[in-house]
Amino acid sequence: MTEFDAATAAVQAALDAGARYADARVMHRRYESMTARNGDVEELTQDESIGLGVRALVGASWGFHAVPDLSDAAARDAGRRATRTAMASARVPGPSVDLVPVEAVTASWASGCQIDPLGVALSDKGDLLVDVTRTMAEHGADLAEGLYQIWDTTKWFVSSEGHRIDQRIRECGGGISATSIGDGETQRRSWPSYRGQYGTTGWELVESLDLAAHAAQIAEESRALLTAPPCPAGETDLILGGEQLALQIHESVGHAIELDRILGWEAAFAGTSWLDLAQLGSLRYGSELMNITIDPTIPGALGSFGFDDEGSPAVKRDAVRDGRWVGVLAGRDSAAMASLDYGGSVRADGWARLPMVRMTNVGLEPGPHTLEEIIAATDDGVLMDLNRSWSIDDKRLNFQFGCEVGWEIKKGRRGRMLRNPTYTGIGPLFWRSMDMLSSETVSWGTPNCGKGQPGQVGHTGHPAAPARFRNVRVGVSA
Amino acid sequence: MSARSEVELAGQVVELVRRLGGPAAQAEAVVTRADLALTRFANSGIHQNVSESTVGVRLRVHVDGRTAAGGGSVVTADGLSALVERTLAAARLCPPDPGWPGLAPPMPTPGALPVDEATAHAEPDQRADRVGAFVAAAGGLSTAGYCRTAHRSSAFANSAGHSAYGRAVEAAMDGIARRDGADGVARRSADRLSDLDGAELGAQAAAKAQAAADPVELPPGHYEVVFEPAAVADLLQNLSFYGFNGKRYAERQSFAEPGAAQFDRAVTVVDDPLGGSGLPFDAEGTGRRALTLVEAGTTRAVAHDRRTGAEAGAESTGHAVAGGATWGPMPRNLRLNGAVAGPASAVGRSTTGAAGGAVVDADTAALVAGVRRGLLVTDLWYTRVLDPRSLVVTGLTRNGVWLIEDGTVVRAVRDLRFTESYPRALGPGAVLGLGARAVRQPDRVDGVWWAAPSLRLASWHFTGGASG
Repeated sequence: MTEFDAATAAVQAALDAGARYADARVMHRRYESMTARNGDVEELTQDESIGLGVRALVGASWGFHAVPDLSDAAARDAGRRATRTAMASARVPGPSVDLVPVEAVTASWASGCQIDPLGVALSDKGDLLVDVTRTMAEHGADLAEGLYQIWDTTKWFVSSEGHRIDQRIRECGGGISATSIGDGETQRRSWPSYRGQYGTTGWELVESLDLAAHAAQIAEESRALLTAPPCPAGETDLILGGEQLALQIHESVGHAIELDRILGWEAAFAGTSWLDLAQLGSLRYGSELMNITIDPTIPGALGSFGFDDEGSPAVKRDAVRDGRWVGVLAGRDSAAMASLDYGGSVRADGWARLPMVRMTNVGLEPGPHTLEEIIAATDDGVLMDLNRSWSIDDKRLNFQFGCEVGWEIKKGRRGRMLRNPTYTGIGPLFWRSMDMLSSETVSWGTPNCGKGQPGQVGHTGHPAAPARFRNVRVGVSA
Repeated sequence: MSARSEVELAGQVVELVRRLGGPAAQAEAVVTRADLALTRFANSGIHQNVSESTVGVRLRVHVDGRTAAGGGSVVTADGLSALVERTLAAARLCPPDPGWPGLAPPMPTPGALPVDEATAHAEPDQRADRVGAFVAAAGGLSTAGYCRTAHRSSAFANSAGHSAYGRAVEAAMDGIARRDGADGVARRSADRLSDLDGAELGAQAAAKAQAAADPVELPPGHYEVVFEPAAVADLLQNLSFYGFNGKRYAERQSFAEPGAAQFDRAVTVVDDPLGGSGLPFDAEGTGRRALTLVEAGTTRAVAHDRRTGAEAGAESTGHAVAGGATWGPMPRNLRLNGAVAGPASAVGRSTTGAAGGAVVDADTAALVAGVRRGLLVTDLWYTRVLDPRSLVVTGLTRNGVWLIEDGTVVRAVRDLRFTESYPRALGPGAVLGLGARAVRQPDRVDGVWWAAPSLRLASWHFTGGASG
């Protein structure tokens, strides 16, 4: 019995039990991670998981069931249970459910991969982390940490409309962090990002990060931060590095444009959105430099795929064009409810989880400047980079971020390093204040986006480059 | 699969390691079968309704001085052999692990609460009916939330001859009612689904939503606060993960100083994993038991697994988790003890007027009654740590904030952002009152809960309003 056979059996059983639509995903995932600390390997884990999740629609109600068994009997039982659960949902019904049309295709897709990350010898991967963490410890870090993570996922998708799609997506990445501990606080510096940079690529991504070349410098900077002056409090011009801007996009744009949040489906947990569908196409989200795309077709970016988990093909769309809000992240049912004609952004984090609206690659198109030009054009401000803390309200409006490091900007030059830099603001006001944007775009990968109940961890990508924002409140402290 | 099969599978994995890795290979295995179900509602209708019947194996091996871990969902003979082979191969390629603490020796498994079979085998109709009762009790307000049930059956075995078996169940309900963008919340965690009253929770959420209407914006600053149990649960969670974590303590990233009077004398915090229907052993097979972390304001302990315990010259406290070598051992069933002798519920004043439904229990009413000017806070949201050592946290209020004047809730307030050091806010002299009854709050993960009474604090630093 093949994986397609199991998925087909589950879908057929769901239909036989009374569903008007059903789909099923078989997923096989191998996961490997290694962490090292102060020159020793701290933990090595290798997991392998396979199972089937089936979704059934009865009337206006959904049901979902998942099992780790791909036998015909288990698959059929899962289909029947999904339908039975959907019938139970009808005891407290919601509005009618439609699905926007998607061509039923038979297709295969695979992400690019030059060096199979699971094929690289564990000893080589271990040596890399041991060496770089030892270097950081030798250069003053009290805690020198390094890690990599690898996911190798194959999916088989079948729907009652005739989809039959298999995909193989390989993802990997890694990074290093140095923490220095003072009397009353800790300071951390990371490269290229805390807990690493990730993509739908092979081990070549980790090699390109050149962790060894940055180990000594970030260790020394973490130590120096302990005695650096604190970020001053007040309003100033803020320059964000690309890594921090990627998270700013993720939190204050990506989540805000999720259609399930806009429709209230996440109201009790992840929250809603300040966006109102009535303003789609007319609302000014940010300055005219702000062009945000939803693009799962970017080669190597972490949120890339061939088809989403409803069988919709990857398509690039605008979310914000010239500062105006024009698009959302949607699924087939949420799009139909909102009278839109596209889904394409629905994914599940494993076979045991219900597919839901998730970010793909949501990022800024490049601007006309460089970071050095932005600094040179800034008379008085602060440059911040690498996220350390992030918090935003349930409507995705009021945010506060902390960064690992700040630098004073005076008269167009980068000055002293500043510790504990934070900034806070309101999403649309902040984005409307963006007046300079670099062309130095990197597709940052975020492998830890939490959403849903039961919880799911999404992998998202965020093309971003340094940018300047005017009159931002910085230096918030306890 | 039966309990016997889980025990047999765990033993089978350990035996495979012995056979393929040699007699000196050390191994520990955990086999867990889980039936998890969650019925989710929004806009007053069920929109997501999921269940899963899964089995998982976790294996850790130590061979030739090297350690590796693995896991999987394939429990066929071939699948288990593959798991053992790749985990052994990984261990052999790893650098040496000088901190390996050895396996847990044979020890008796503590007694656990009996499992409620009705909860373990709850049907989707039963969850849906509780959702229906919540929705109906909200009196026409829009509602959202979930009802979930969880059942885990888990067996442990290691090559030192230790084995254990246990089961755990949990039922939880968490919902909001909404009025013109103002939300009220009610949530509970219980050992029995039958203990969850959807109508009671729905009515409570609706009363708070009604009371939260027409909020005003207050300027940032330091305010006296009364936190309801949902908000206190966030304090406990952050104290646990960042403070009472033996790895972070060893790394000097924790504020905790055992023996020091770091908290107000009113504060006693106990991790009590068997206070609910929890598994009686941790990921290393060590028996779980109550651990007093703070006693009358004095920090007494941090949580250890075998590795951090060995590093600290202490015993494991039964807090090992999968992935613990990286994240550290974490207490996940914390209870902030309620006031022993009061404040008695009878002294609480009823709040009247437009904000009348803000206070839903006598404990909170009693604390509110003592506040000259301050804020009643129901819930905290999106809390993130700015610095782990001082445990400075930023976050927002959610699901209702009200201004208190002269002991009475007078009106709703818009959400506020705060930036505050949690240990400092709970420090000596900072706790002005505790409710008598700790209310168990569910976590995002089943089996994890935080029990707390309402709490009155002298000062909380709000650093921004809803407008920035």
